[in-house]
Amino acid sequence: MSPVNDQSLNEMAGHHQAGTADAVKMIARHVSVSYGDKLAVDGVSIDIGTENVTAFIGPSGCGKSTFLRTLNRMNDTIPAARSTGRIELDGEDIYSPSMDVVQLRARVGMVFQKPNPFPKSIYENVAYGPRIHGLARGKADLDTVVERSLKRAGLWEEVKDRLTDSGTALSGGQQQRLCIARAIAVDPEVILMDEPASALDPIATAKIEELIHELRGRYAIVIVTHNMQQAARVSQRTAFFHLGKLVEYGDTSQIFTNPKAERTKDYITGRYG
Amino acid sequence: MAATTGHTVKAFDDDLDQLRAMISQMGGIAENAIAESMRALMQRDHDGAERVVRDDKKLDALEAEVEASVVQLIALRAPLADDLREVVAALKIASIVERIGDYAKNIAKRVPLLEDMARIEPLSLLPEMARLVSEMVHKVLNAFTERDAAAAVQVCERDRAVDDFYDSIFRTLLTFMMEDPHNITPSAHLLFIAKNLERIGDHATNVAEMVYFAATGERMAERPRGGGLAR
Repeated sequence: MSPVNDQSLNEMAGHHQAGTADAVKMIARHVSVSYGDKLAVDGVSIDIGTENVTAFIGPSGCGKSTFLRTLNRMNDTIPAARSTGRIELDGEDIYSPSMDVVQLRARVGMVFQKPNPFPKSIYENVAYGPRIHGLARGKADLDTVVERSLKRAGLWEEVKDRLTDSGTALSGGQQQRLCIARAIAVDPEVILMDEPASALDPIATAKIEELIHELRGRYAIVIVTHNMQQAARVSQRTAFFHLGKLVEYGDTSQIFTNPKAERTKDYITGRYG
Repeated sequence: MAATTGHTVKAFDDDLDQLRAMISQMGGIAENAIAESMRALMQRDHDGAERVVRDDKKLDALEAEVEASVVQLIALRAPLADDLREVVAALKIASIVERIGDYAKNIAKRVPLLEDMARIEPLSLLPEMARLVSEMVHKVLNAFTERDAAAAVQVCERDRAVDDFYDSIFRTLLTFMMEDPHNITPSAHLLFIAKNLERIGDHATNVAEMVYFAATGERMAERPRGGGLAR
């Protein structure tokens, strides 16, 4: 990514609107992403809070998922994707040459739309990350990490007697919570969720939403969702994206009761053409 | 400030239109009740007064219908932003219009009790005051269906004139009561009628504030209050 001078960084600092006070975990400045000649994300600047759940909403193709993936450099894996701008995690440029991408993705974990457990046992799904990152010393330590992660993901009670069963044998909702446990196991600072409940039934969705609520405060959480009621239920801050641009960013209660931008209003009220 | 483009789900627009139509219908009934109660008062028309009392049940029924529609709309359509504010306003406005109907009914109920009031002079001011508050009700409910914040502000400004009417009637009736104790009973009734009209004006003003909030998402700036002693 190309560096952005300090002056424009300072100018953008005012972008973080007053409201729910929160320390800043990640900042993005003038971030653009293109796939070939198609500009998918167009000059997005945003602050992601530490204690809040931040929701990205917007119609399909608005760039919200692409932007989410820039936050842990997941777009690096797409050859045609080209990014510019600056993204910092605790003040550190995540696109700097000295940044260890594997380490970055442990600090900024990700949960995808479709649950994607490894075709291994439930235990191994969770133990894999801590093991390769050297976060556990010996079997007993690893057992503790696995249990703690599954508990935080609200899955422990359902799977504690069958940890050796395959992760893929679980129901969709359980698989998604297993993926969240897997993300948690490496002790991340930020968790990115891309439509984490869109493939789940209402009860499994409610469990994921409850889980997001419980994880809030421990991790900075960013969630992309098409379900506006879900964004309203789980987040404290909401960002509305349209045609690659960040149109409006504010407290969730304000965005859903009194949006300032006409395009935000048209979208959330279902008038979007 | 009128409603912008339609919703992708057309049935949502139909639901909102239907809700607006019910509020308009309630407004029409309430305006008619104010006019008819005053006409019955001036013409000593006991039957007409009784009709106003009877027709008030229509308002009660419509209020219940609005409440049911709003609950259903929230459950099925999950309205947001200005739609949500409008739907919540509709619920509150329906109950206020129902109250306005009650005030008109109360005026009508006094008609048979007011046989010997011909010589009470302030009587001549009441129809004009009634016309003014009725117009406020009409305008504010139009402002609601049109989502017109500016029209709502204008309605609020009219309330000052209603208060002035009331102060003037209050003072004159006091004078009449002091002149001759026989005037006390009819004067007291007329005073209550004036008070009812004044309350209708206040309610129209409250509705105007709700319309303003529904349309803009902001609270209307505090309006200056009349300094009358009578209220």
